[in-house]
Amino acid sequence: MTTVEKLVQMALVLLGFAAVVGVIVLLAGRVKGRKGDRTVAMVFLLPTVIVLLIGLVYPAVRTIYQSFFDAAGSSFLGLGNYATIFTNSDQLVVLRNTVAWVVITPFVATAVGLLYAILVDKARLESLAKALIFLPMAISFVGASIIWKLIYEYRPEQGGVNQVGLLNQLLVMVGGTPQQWLLNEPWNNLFLIVIMIWIQAGFAMTILSAAIKAIPEDIVEAARLDGVGAIGMFRFVTVPSIRPALIVVLTTIGIATLKVFDIVRTLTGGNFGTSVVANEFYTQSLQTDNQGLGAALAVLLFLLVVPVVVYNVRQLRASEA
Amino acid sequence: MGLSAFTSRPSAAISGALGLSLALAACGGGSSSTDAPAAGGAPAGSSECAEYEAYGDLAGKTVTIYTGIVTPEDTPHIDSYKPFEKCTGATIKYEADKAFEAQILVRAKAGNPPDIAFIPQPGLLKQLVATGKVVKAPEQVSKNTDEFFGEDLKGYGTVDGTFYAAPLGANLKSLVWYSPAEFEEKGIEIPKTLDELKAVSDKLAEGDRKPWCAGIASGEATGWVITDWMEDMMLRLSGPDTYDKWVNHEIPFDGPESAAALDEVGSFMKNEKYFNGGYGNIKSIAATTFQDGGLPILDGACSLHRQASFYASNWPEGTQVTEDGDVFAFYLPGKTEDEKPVLGGGEFVAAFNDRPEVAAFQAYLASDTWANNKAKASPLGGWVSANKGLDAANLVSPIDQLAAETFQDEAAVFRFDGSDQMPAAIGSGAFWKQATAWITGASTAETVEKIEKAWPK
Repeated sequence: MTTVEKLVQMALVLLGFAAVVGVIVLLAGRVKGRKGDRTVAMVFLLPTVIVLLIGLVYPAVRTIYQSFFDAAGSSFLGLGNYATIFTNSDQLVVLRNTVAWVVITPFVATAVGLLYAILVDKARLESLAKALIFLPMAISFVGASIIWKLIYEYRPEQGGVNQVGLLNQLLVMVGGTPQQWLLNEPWNNLFLIVIMIWIQAGFAMTILSAAIKAIPEDIVEAARLDGVGAIGMFRFVTVPSIRPALIVVLTTIGIATLKVFDIVRTLTGGNFGTSVVANEFYTQSLQTDNQGLGAALAVLLFLLVVPVVVYNVRQLRASEA
Repeated sequence: MGLSAFTSRPSAAISGALGLSLALAACGGGSSSTDAPAAGGAPAGSSECAEYEAYGDLAGKTVTIYTGIVTPEDTPHIDSYKPFEKCTGATIKYEADKAFEAQILVRAKAGNPPDIAFIPQPGLLKQLVATGKVVKAPEQVSKNTDEFFGEDLKGYGTVDGTFYAAPLGANLKSLVWYSPAEFEEKGIEIPKTLDELKAVSDKLAEGDRKPWCAGIASGEATGWVITDWMEDMMLRLSGPDTYDKWVNHEIPFDGPESAAALDEVGSFMKNEKYFNGGYGNIKSIAATTFQDGGLPILDGACSLHRQASFYASNWPEGTQVTEDGDVFAFYLPGKTEDEKPVLGGGEFVAAFNDRPEVAAFQAYLASDTWANNKAKASPLGGWVSANKGLDAANLVSPIDQLAAETFQDEAAVFRFDGSDQMPAAIGSGAFWKQATAWITGASTAETVEKIEKAWPK
């Protein structure tokens, strides 16, 4: 296709879009009568509903349907694929890793962010210190993974060979032997999790710092007059005051962690016992052509994310109310 | 296998990389190389066209080709058709597409296929034949294939007893790279049997030096290097017939033959005395990219590296890849000196139309004339065919010559890369994954059992 053809096609699509909008506006304009407002709203909502049905509801239903079938999607397996996820030794490793990710990442990232927010609060150069920890947020997951790949790089310990990875070089300088950080099970999972924490801590810090600054000055003043020390202030004033923000941060990072894919894909490809549900879903669906198992993993991921999302939304509402 | 473009072997990426290096090299040559084919410069009707008389007068006729062989490797292909075009008057339209493997199926199903397609995998040929759009090979193509390629290769172009596609190019996987200077200095002869290969390895392993090196990291395809090793060993230990049964899953993947082959690979790759020269312990094989795998040979940290002929383009610029240069390769020997199993890959020519000009062009591609024209039209090397009529002297690169001679060896038994023929769930899934787990510690029994379990029912 030449550039001209592409431009013509683009113009046609834009015209088509304008035509659809025009028709809707025209239809909405013709509606009269007492219940007019409601009908107008319906007409305007219709395109959104249709697109949602095609783009979200249909694929979701289709995926759930597929998850009951075999690799080729031809014979019915019932819950066979789900049984595989919970019995196959490789799949159990995937579940174990996902649990580790979800348990460790949100809490550590939030803790780091919270501690940092408190430490730099009202300190000199506060904005610079915050910018430093917030920077990783601006880096894409793949970019961050490649940065850390260089940090974890391994070279054997032998004459004439220099370490190129930062971590191993530091280890060698203090007299240790270089390690294959990404290969040694099960600790390699922790080295992957560190990357996620590095990215997410900045997010936690930003939200929590804003929440801390919103604590009314009179409460702090009153606590101080009552002779509360630094630790008491943290436990009895700061944390309870920012509790809604803490929960939002925890759940948001939790959802992001459940869906983690890029880091694992870039650094190990799910090899060496580091696969997680989202990565396994991709591998099974697209690489090994096992549509059924891939769909089952996608459904499992969906089921895991839903309660967290529901809780998150409720907390958001509660904190707004 | 609906996602063949995605699940295809890394060979596409490799040829892409090879292509890039060729493109860079070609820049220096200017444009003259593209319109000056070495073969067939004579005008139509002269004696040089005698060979083409049998194809008849095809003036005004057009044959379309659709392939995954893209720039710059397409130029030698296009050039190699020029003598045919000049002498018969036909026009050959060459269309290359990186998404060939997925698109050809779409085009065949949609009723819009080209006249001729170059199919890189027997499995894809089967899928295409199943669409009912592929026409069976004409008489002359069949005759040429019998004469120049032999029954092993003809079998891969045959589906359910009907012969469809003649072989085109080929690549050789059963090679071990080494340093000729080191061999000479240490007085080592090229090993002729697997036992000799082990003896040579032991000799080179004196001290705490590790003579072999390898890397299997290859992004999504990590592990494929071991699958090639295992296929080579399967062929050597159990013979070609068992190999075919294994590939077609007529014997289970966790059977004794399979375990023996993987253990044989293990006697090399999992041997702490042998691997991984220049990179460290056995596990480092998993973390090293396949491109880096053999490079320590150059600085003497490693002596032997098993990898296909395409690895020739992977050495840094300025490396002499010749029998008395910096690096060269020898044939990965069989169990005995008389057995010469050859593991490789290649393309096959399938036709979707039986018009006379298409049949004539197919016959030309299956002939020794074309193979030699193609060799002469590839001034930078990097191409070889299993065509027995190919004169190795026409090939410019020594490693291509070695590959051609290996294919033409009377005792050679050719077998196509097995993982390329297995279902995607295995060939580009479980086999790679489990091979990777195997090199980082899983046992042979566990590995073959897991692959067997993953085989689509």
